Amino acid sequence: MNAAHKEASQFVNQFNAAGELTHLLTLEGLPKEQILHILDTTQQFVSVTDPSREVRKVPLLRGKSVFNLFFENSTRTRTTFEIAAKRLSADVINLDISTSSTAKGESLLDTIDNLVAMQADIFVVRHNVSRAPIEIANHVPPHVHVVNAGDGSHQHPTQGLLDMYTMRHFKQDFRGLKVAIIGDVVHSRVAKSNIHALTTLGCEEIRVIGPESLLPSDLDMLGVKVFHSMEEGLQGVDVVMTLRIQKERMEVGQVPEGDAFFKQYGLTSSRLALAKPDAIVMHPGPMNRGVEIDSVVADGPQSVILNQVTFGIAVRMAVMSILASN
Amino acid sequence: MNAEKLYEKLLENIRQRQAGSFELAGLAMGGAWIAERLARDLGLPRFGVINVAFHRDDYAEKGMTALRTASTMPTNLPFDVNAANIILIDDVLLTGRTVRAALNELFDFGRPAQVELMVLADRGKRELPVAANFVGEKVQVPDHQILVLEKDAAGKFSFQLEERAE
Repeated sequence: MNAAHKEASQFVNQFNAAGELTHLLTLEGLPKEQILHILDTTQQFVSVTDPSREVRKVPLLRGKSVFNLFFENSTRTRTTFEIAAKRLSADVINLDISTSSTAKGESLLDTIDNLVAMQADIFVVRHNVSRAPIEIANHVPPHVHVVNAGDGSHQHPTQGLLDMYTMRHFKQDFRGLKVAIIGDVVHSRVAKSNIHALTTLGCEEIRVIGPESLLPSDLDMLGVKVFHSMEEGLQGVDVVMTLRIQKERMEVGQVPEGDAFFKQYGLTSSRLALAKPDAIVMHPGPMNRGVEIDSVVADGPQSVILNQVTFGIAVRMAVMSILASN
Repeated sequence: MNAEKLYEKLLENIRQRQAGSFELAGLAMGGAWIAERLARDLGLPRFGVINVAFHRDDYAEKGMTALRTASTMPTNLPFDVNAANIILIDDVLLTGRTVRAALNELFDFGRPAQVELMVLADRGKRELPVAANFVGEKVQVPDHQILVLEKDAAGKFSFQLEERAE
């Protein structure tokens, strides 16, 4: 691939010629109206799991094939995408990439071409390389849709949307909302998707808290307030979001070793008490208990971590049903 | 078409029924407004809302975007659908396709004993074998126009004619 070609293939376009959302690749630049439409549609899909509904399945994607392409490990995201697609009546094909043709040297786009030839309608892509889903989206024919399920340290848009849905569910309005994101922001695609969406939705104040080595340098540009102390950063916030320390993406010495991180940045009951009394605690999972969050807080009354997981199903149903109809 | 008069007529019709022998289920949004007002005027403790979004037959063409106005009013049936006598309520009956979708949605919640249909205005021109049991009025509206129920601040109903967007 020459340089010019490569640049063209990395151009992010989530919209079709009619201006409708056809892929979901990033929350950066996604208009407020689109985000709110997804959140409102999610609200409807939450009702599909209402206990009074005997048939917890709807026929919107009947006859469509959803391919889960996970080039990187995931339990929560892959499972909730699978449940979401099945509740929409789609056929779901999970590709185990480690045993697939890519292990035999087939290129990513050749694999995609073959799956398109098998009449794939939606690709759900998780990749350890940032922007790989963008490359796939720019390659597939117009009737095929791509959902980014997390790419490197770039974006995780459905996680960002489910976090927005969770905040709106518990806090109603983004105006006046103060959100603190704690820990390993530099490696976190979740943090990036959240910061973009919160900014678009008019969140009053976004803070990040962590050691300098774990915070990206361009945060001021995004209008984010940077804190290096939990005691300062947690004062008066409505939402406390802790992130997983991503050891697999780190160089040696980037994070305080052993329990040194927990001592400085671990979310404990006494630190949570600095936030508003009705503040909610969020975590995108998987959690490292005793590293970024104390078990007492993770399992405590302010924790909405498992609500996030449940809402994640409805958010993914909303995203796939909106994309498939555009 | 005086929507208030048509509403009063439907209210008088349904007063003949014994309270407690039926459940109301209005289609979002207009039908739900009618169901809400009937429940209040009849002193009923509850009414249901049906959102047909998941069962529409034009999803492939129009998608979820066509449902923006109704998307914040999800299906909510605060009674056991199994063995219930249910009166489905909509503002306007035309092709019958929305009623077909509403029946599918209703049956996802259980197996009713009986389902009847009540509409304020019946435009005719059915595309499916659907008929209403309670009709406010049969009306003639040109194909290129749509009939839209509106509710003012005082809760009063009126019909507006709008050009069909293509």
